[in-house]
Amino acid sequence: MILATQRVDTPLSSVLLVILASVIGSFGAVYLKLGAAPMQKGLKYILNGRLLFGIALYIGSSIPFVMGVRHGELSVLYPMVSIGYVCTMIWSRIFFSEPITMPKLGALLIIVAGIICINVGGR
Amino acid sequence: MEKQTPAPRSRKPVYMVLGCTVFAAAAQIMMKYGATHPMPALDLSNTATVVPFILALLTNYPLVLGYALSAGNALLLILALRDGQLSTLYPIISLTFVWVNLLSIYLFNDHMNLWKAVGILLVITGVAVLGKASEVA
Repeated sequence: MILATQRVDTPLSSVLLVILASVIGSFGAVYLKLGAAPMQKGLKYILNGRLLFGIALYIGSSIPFVMGVRHGELSVLYPMVSIGYVCTMIWSRIFFSEPITMPKLGALLIIVAGIICINVGGR
Repeated sequence: MEKQTPAPRSRKPVYMVLGCTVFAAAAQIMMKYGATHPMPALDLSNTATVVPFILALLTNYPLVLGYALSAGNALLLILALRDGQLSTLYPIISLTFVWVNLLSIYLFNDHMNLWKAVGILLVITGVAVLGKASEVA
């Protein structure tokens, strides 16, 4: 409660790094799905370039994330991760022609609101 | 195993991603324990410190378990994405926030408050809507 009156500045660079990490992560998910498709023919197709690139993007996204959360308030930075969810929905439409439906959009909004609440409570 | 027919209309991928969130939350908790595990200092200019550091890394069991759980999480996610829609499955990962927060209350004596409770309910509601939406997908 005492902490609530102390203003901790969150540098713009931290916000941008966490957003960058989220966007890289969302592309990671796209490549994981692209790489998962050949596995319809069997699990032995797990080793393919797209999948490895997806895993690399996923692991790589943790670098700007860790750099970003080093400074600033986590309650501001963690919810930025949900930008990755929004991006993923857009990429799903572009790369996989998945429809963006009202239930999906509604669910996304509810989840983003929930993540913000959890992090406000975590201050 | 080899002749698995695609079944995009089942909710199996949703349950698989739900499993992923449990793995991811357990991995995060284990990595937190691993981070506080005592480790020898690493000085890259002094090769004599490298081997003890690597040995300590490999015997940092919470950390090793954390990475193993992350690998299991990734494998399960890939298998789920193979059969389901990315736009439905990806936001379900947010449930990890819920497990980590609930486990932190039990393990690290974090406190529950109204904001967290409302946030947890909202995330669960959103995931439930996605699970429902996956039926008609």
